[in-house]
Amino acid sequence: MAQGSSEIKYLTPIAVDTKKKKYCRFKKNRIKYIDYKDADFLLRFVNEQGKILPRRITGTSTKYQRKVAQAIKRARHLSLMPYVADLLK
Amino acid sequence: MNQYETVFIVTPVLSEEQMKEAVKKFQEYLKEKGADIVHEEHWGMRKLAYPIQKKSTGFYHLVEYKADGQLIADLELAFKRDERIIRFLTVKLDKHAVAYNEKKRRKAKEAKGETAQA
Repeated sequence: MAQGSSEIKYLTPIAVDTKKKKYCRFKKNRIKYIDYKDADFLLRFVNEQGKILPRRITGTSTKYQRKVAQAIKRARHLSLMPYVADLLK
Repeated sequence: MNQYETVFIVTPVLSEEQMKEAVKKFQEYLKEKGADIVHEEHWGMRKLAYPIQKKSTGFYHLVEYKADGQLIADLELAFKRDERIIRFLTVKLDKHAVAYNEKKRRKAKEAKGETAQA
């Protein structure tokens, strides 16, 4: 019985989550300044409710996460981005 | 002298001319106070992400200038007192921001030059 269960063969290899290493896109691309006027770019760092995504999801380094957050808050003040939204994406 | 950048939103109820006049008032205010205007951009009428004073659109205007820090408080007071301005934001630009803006302008210029040639 135990032997039988180990005999299962898959035609295609099962998708085992191969962990992709996260990286900070600002460090990698040497971006020093995050523009608060570029709302389309900042949209990548918020979820569909318009909330800022945590570092553990985006992979941004601490230094740049602070800058991203600052830029998003400025964009919100100027009504370039919403404070609250539904189905932003 | 520091470099600053101000974006302000003019109320959409004004006519084109009235809006230009409001913009001009602040340009002249800056010049009068000894600020050195580096760059200006008019984004035109834009939709707001959320209503401000029950308005859903506004004229966006951006000014980049070099000025002394004391000027900023006066400028912001003038913005507050002017009811044609519904929102404003002044940001001090660090060296990275200045470099970024210059690069962006250069790119825009090049793109313009290419289209003119073509």
